[in-house]
Amino acid sequence: MKQIVQSIRDAFSMAIEAIQDNRLRSILTLFGMIVGVFAIIAVMTAIRTLETSINSGLNIFGSNVIYIQKSPAIQMGDHASRRKYWRRPNITYDMGEELKSRMVSAEWVSIGDDRGGIVVKAGKYKTNPNVVVSGVDEFGLEVSNGSLSAGRNIIHEDVAYGRRVVLIGKTVLNKVFPYSDPIDKKILINGISYRVVGIIEPKGELFGNDQDNVVIIPITSYLQYFSHSHTSLGISVKAPSAEDFDAVKEEASDQMRIVRALQPNEENNFEMITNDSLIETFGAFTAGIKMFAFAVSIIALIVAGIGIMNIMLVSVTERIKEIGIRKAIGATRNNILFQFLLEAVFLSLLGGIIGVILGVLAGNGISLIMTVKPVVPMDWVFIGLGVCSAIGVIFGIYPAYKAASLDPIESLRFE
Amino acid sequence: MTLIKVKDFYKIYQMGLTEVRALNGVTMEIQENEYLAIMGQSGSGKSTLMNLIGCLDTPTSGDYYLDGVNVALMSDDELAMIRNKQIGFVFQTFNLLPKSSALRNVELPLIYSGIYSKEERMKMALIAIEKVGLGDRMHHKPNELSGGQRQRVAIARALVNNPAIILADEPTGNLDSKTGVEIMSLFDELHKIGHTIILVTHEDEIAKHAHRTIHLVDGKISKDENIK
Ligand SMILES: Nc1ncnc2c1ncn2[C@@H]1O[C@H](COP(=O)(O)OP(=O)(O)OP(=O)(O)O)[C@@H](O)[C@H]1O
Ligand SMILES: [Mg+2]
Repeated sequence: MKQIVQSIRDAFSMAIEAIQDNRLRSILTLFGMIVGVFAIIAVMTAIRTLETSINSGLNIFGSNVIYIQKSPAIQMGDHASRRKYWRRPNITYDMGEELKSRMVSAEWVSIGDDRGGIVVKAGKYKTNPNVVVSGVDEFGLEVSNGSLSAGRNIIHEDVAYGRRVVLIGKTVLNKVFPYSDPIDKKILINGISYRVVGIIEPKGELFGNDQDNVVIIPITSYLQYFSHSHTSLGISVKAPSAEDFDAVKEEASDQMRIVRALQPNEENNFEMITNDSLIETFGAFTAGIKMFAFAVSIIALIVAGIGIMNIMLVSVTERIKEIGIRKAIGATRNNILFQFLLEAVFLSLLGGIIGVILGVLAGNGISLIMTVKPVVPMDWVFIGLGVCSAIGVIFGIYPAYKAASLDPIESLRFE
Repeated sequence: MTLIKVKDFYKIYQMGLTEVRALNGVTMEIQENEYLAIMGQSGSGKSTLMNLIGCLDTPTSGDYYLDGVNVALMSDDELAMIRNKQIGFVFQTFNLLPKSSALRNVELPLIYSGIYSKEERMKMALIAIEKVGLGDRMHHKPNELSGGQRQRVAIARALVNNPAIILADEPTGNLDSKTGVEIMSLFDELHKIGHTIILVTHEDEIAKHAHRTIHLVDGKISKDENIK
């Protein structure tokens, strides 16, 4: 065992010597490997950062909430299928109220909607026209997994009487009340006056979107001032516990079909979205990107492998004399084979390691933009390095075999 | 004791329609600790014979007993082992690895001997390199050494494994006569401490160091004489 380790070490140091002695050629070889490994590691790291944020940070809905809306959350498909969704009847406030009264297993049912491009003003301060206004009921905060840092929530009476009260997000707060306490102050939302009753706990960014650039008002007031003929509301149904979740979801589906007056043979004309279904949809989306990156990397690595073979073949012809000398002083076929093979593997591994490092750095560039935690996809790092070694062996074996098979006398005579 | 026994050695190169008989039936015996010079005109087959004795090449036909073992029946790996342990080769053109230091060149045969301890190898390589008087140049690369010094490195490499036989094909052919004399005194010493020395030369001055000369003419032994 010790002897094997030692002889590998000897062959290894010979490989390093040879690589140092043929620097330019080695660098060119490395380049191909670096590109191939870089491609796959960069993409996998980028996707992994997205996945991590989806799976951990991205709980768009509160726990055990089923969200019902007219169209799917992520629409992939052609024009025709998109028109199909668009043609569905809108979900109205009355439908939401009806579902609310029909549901028996739900903890609560909540109705809401939002729209962007809103300007908020307070005194001389004014936001850009990019604030999102959200119309909700007393459950609205819980639906969006939010909480308050000050003041009070929207209550049932606010909704029942259509009161002009508002909860404001941190970004809006900083813009329009940079120095003063906003509670009970007046603000103008697209010119309509509201009284601030609460401040929303900041949530940060998601996929580059500022989640705190929002104002939240009662849904009834929202319908009065911010809805239009296309407005289709969203209904959230909360299950009392995780065990009841599937049953509640089924009841919500059945009741919603009745509310929507669907015949038994008609398919649903509404979508039910959960955190799980979002993660699933995202998974299907990233799988496509992964496949593509995988294909690109495989091609790049094969090209790099052929590059290695080429360079090793050149190396063998350039070093015929050296091989002759080594054989003359007692190197066996296997000694030579092993030496050249190890050189190829070492080169490709070195390229792989550099590629992995650059790939992880580049992939995490995305995590900076998206402000999610950087990750190192260890599994892909090992796969990448494993593939590199394999490529070194596969494409190094032929040149190594050629070197090992050289006749000692003829190679010594070679000039 | 008979160390080398060559019987009916033929080496025939087929060059298109004509055949070249580099060796045309050579039979001879070499005893342990002999000091032999092989002489002859250019093209007479000296190098060919040396390469066969050195197990670098195989004859077209003929038998070769080295230390009583028939080398003709050996595998490539067994021949490599003989080249490594029993024979030290010194070439006219030195044949050193150009990018490795003198010490590394001398160490190389030990790696192939399966001496896995680097310390042990270094110790042996140092002894060999001191023996040829190059202790102060051991970290130089071949192109930083003179021709005579290079040949000393090559000799150190040939003797590092303490082989029974040292073969030298025109070891002074690329050196001036003064340096040649210095190199020859090294071989004289190696002979004195028990090595069997076989060298190829066409200079009488060099051949005088040997105790026996064999003359080749057209791949055949024409004269075999003891001179001491
Ligand atoms: N690989 C080969 N192919 C064809 N002919 C060869 C080959 N090697 C040697 N010969 C021929 O065999 C003959 C003997 O060659 P060898 O090298 O043994 O001569 P030599 O005595 O060493 O000559 P020199 O003093 O010039 O070194 C020559 O005629 C040479 O042309
Ligand atoms: Mg010759």
